[in-house]
Amino acid sequence: MAAKKLNIKDKYRLLTRDLDWEFSYQDRKEAFPYEEFEGIKITDWSKWEDPFRLTMDAYWKYQAEKEKKLYAIFDAFAQNNGHLNISDPRYANALKIFLTGVSPLEYQAFQGFAHTGRQFGGVGARIACQMQSIDELRHVQTQIHAMSHYNKFFDGFQDWSHMHDRVWYLSVPKSFFDDARSAGPFEYLVAISFSFEYVLTNLLFVPFMSGAAYNGDMATVTFGFSAQSDEARHMTLGLEVIKFLLEQHEDNVPIVQKWIDKWFWRGTRLLSIVAMMMDYMLPNKVMSWKEAWEVYFEEAGGSLFKDLARYGIRMPKYAETTEKEKEHVSHQAWWIFYNYGQAAGFHTWIPTDKELDWLSEKYPETFDKYYRPRWELARQMEAEGKRFYNPGLPQLCNCCQIPMGFTEMDDPTQIAYRQTVYNGERYHFCSDGCHDIFVDEPEKYVQSWLPVHQIFQGNCGGPGVEDVLRDYYRMNVGADNLDIKGSPDEQRWNAWKGVA
Amino acid sequence: MTIEIKTSTLEPVRQTYANIARRFGDKPATRYQEATYDVQAETNFHYRPLWQPQHELNDKGRTAIQMEDWYAFRDPRQYYYGAYVGQRARMQENAENNYAFFEKRNLADRLGDGIRAGLIRFLVPLRHVEHAANLNNMYGTAYGYGTAITQAMLYDGMDRLGIAQYFSRIGLILDGNSGEALIEAKRAWMEDPLWQGLRALCEETLVTRDWFELFVAQDLVLDSLIGQLVYDQYDAWLADNGGQDVAMLTEFMQEWRKDRTRWVDAVLKTAAAESDDNRALLRDWAAKWRGKAAEALSPLAREMLGEEALEQALAELEKRMAKAGIN
Repeated sequence: MAAKKLNIKDKYRLLTRDLDWEFSYQDRKEAFPYEEFEGIKITDWSKWEDPFRLTMDAYWKYQAEKEKKLYAIFDAFAQNNGHLNISDPRYANALKIFLTGVSPLEYQAFQGFAHTGRQFGGVGARIACQMQSIDELRHVQTQIHAMSHYNKFFDGFQDWSHMHDRVWYLSVPKSFFDDARSAGPFEYLVAISFSFEYVLTNLLFVPFMSGAAYNGDMATVTFGFSAQSDEARHMTLGLEVIKFLLEQHEDNVPIVQKWIDKWFWRGTRLLSIVAMMMDYMLPNKVMSWKEAWEVYFEEAGGSLFKDLARYGIRMPKYAETTEKEKEHVSHQAWWIFYNYGQAAGFHTWIPTDKELDWLSEKYPETFDKYYRPRWELARQMEAEGKRFYNPGLPQLCNCCQIPMGFTEMDDPTQIAYRQTVYNGERYHFCSDGCHDIFVDEPEKYVQSWLPVHQIFQGNCGGPGVEDVLRDYYRMNVGADNLDIKGSPDEQRWNAWKGVA
Repeated sequence: MTIEIKTSTLEPVRQTYANIARRFGDKPATRYQEATYDVQAETNFHYRPLWQPQHELNDKGRTAIQMEDWYAFRDPRQYYYGAYVGQRARMQENAENNYAFFEKRNLADRLGDGIRAGLIRFLVPLRHVEHAANLNNMYGTAYGYGTAITQAMLYDGMDRLGIAQYFSRIGLILDGNSGEALIEAKRAWMEDPLWQGLRALCEETLVTRDWFELFVAQDLVLDSLIGQLVYDQYDAWLADNGGQDVAMLTEFMQEWRKDRTRWVDAVLKTAAAESDDNRALLRDWAAKWRGKAAEALSPLAREMLGEEALEQALAELEKRMAKAGIN
């Protein structure tokens, strides 16, 4: 008998989509209990269009080929002391932020997609989530392996997962993902697959990976190239999720819009760390944060939201605020870390003259007016032997958990404060966006584990900040923190390079 | 003779990450160790899940099993992602060659009508069983605790999807890609009284809440019994009755079964050795699901293989339970 040829779509349907069945012996809602409480209406899961049709045998094959190449590079990198080829030892600090702040989010994504990969009633959506779950596990593990060699030669990498659970500024990324995972399964997908992976990923993934390419970091950039095809799959899932939800029922539109508004703002706040990384931490610059924002959000995002207008979806709320923020946010964020550099798990520094000039050129409207004078003052104080650290602990925004250092965007000399009262308690926010998110779901955000509050309440050891850093964060105080000048990282680098 | 290339050696500040050094000493670590231990967040979760406010996001309390250290569940295969996909890629390459050979030589045509009908009735419906197994292992992945066991459950879950797809391909080989064998097998799964016990049991596993109990039900009891019936006894029956070529199509599953049995047995042994309370729980769960599974599989085993078949499968399960100390 001659077998008929099957096209990919039919083959995938037969091999995969038809595996599930209607229950006869149990209530199917007991097996998939979380589909309704968010108010999302799914009328027909069979309308799900598989964003990619990858069977497991093909997946094993492609991914194993990629891993083989990737690990060959890691081995060569370690064998040849590849860390000596980075542009400047300051660069390693961008990687410390990546391993302590971003890699644990890949792990949370693995967990979040395992949850949705178990809970969605539609087999197509479920399996797409499962595929992403295992990809995300790949990413966290290959990142740990890519950084493993750096950890042997630089400080600040060594206790990344312990730090992620505890350190004050790492509660920004951690709370972001905790927020998504603790939400319902549909909000999780809108948050991570759409708002993050589809709309904002080029502003997270690409800056770090391009930064690696520009700064001689072969291990990380090879990981980046290797993960690219995974990321492309994740982005197609993000787009399918949005279209599917919007096409299933018109009642879904306002719910989805609210989630887009929320997660766009959550995402931009998280990305302020990337902004400062791009503008201040990369010795060889890729592009300015402002340029990245214009290309990847204003242009690409703008046309995406034009496409979505036919479903009744508009640009995220406060997108116009971000147009002003792009001029300020990286400068304000790095200034916060420079101030609290004694309590950070990576090194901080004052930009060089050449870097100050680059910032002036890239930010003609704001840098010379507001920020250059600060750095020149810091420089002068440092030269006088008075490198300053802010000895206090900052107030944190109760939503994004970033220290309250961002200003009003129309008046960059005025710190922005917003507040609300809930159940007799007052809560503080850095922006209208964060305020609105809290007010919409106060019972969620009153739970925030705010690191500074926790320190003051005595839940992180102490009594002094240094005790917290040493005993609770397990930092090697004097090695992991403080300015890069005089750090063991710098001393070792100079010794390797034969610089006195 | 050896040749020696001179390289410059730099003295590292430390040999591995601090969490690995705390567990194993500051010495060069394996990739499995660095990718596995302490990777999952442990504390200071910000918000309770809206979908399960009685628990933290990562919570040891989603099973009654208690462990001093959830990273005691070291995978004897030491699979991290790269090692796992590498191993499965080799197995699938072999399978691909087998399937290609089977199709090129039209070996399906050499199967008698009886064998072919038997395969559609007994083998192809297992794709639905594998689908439930996929979901049950995803359940452990999502709600289990500690990367050591959750990553292994994810690999097993993805394996089960792959196996469901292989069973589907067997159906397509038998029906010349018309999909009729898959429809017929699904009809059997939904309506044939032979399958209803097992289908009801699969549905019951999908509403079971304790993820470790579910691991016992699915990965020990059901898989042990079904595996013994299908991959040992039915395979032998096919070999004796002119269906030996089918083994080419199930070789992946045979190899997979050996590979993952090592892991399942190691998990059970570790959990049981931890405490008497754990051992008692595991014993109760194993007995409970053994009883249910024996009843569910009884008509199927009899029809497929004869009166003695189920006893043989149960004997193997007993042996594994004894080895883990939970009989």
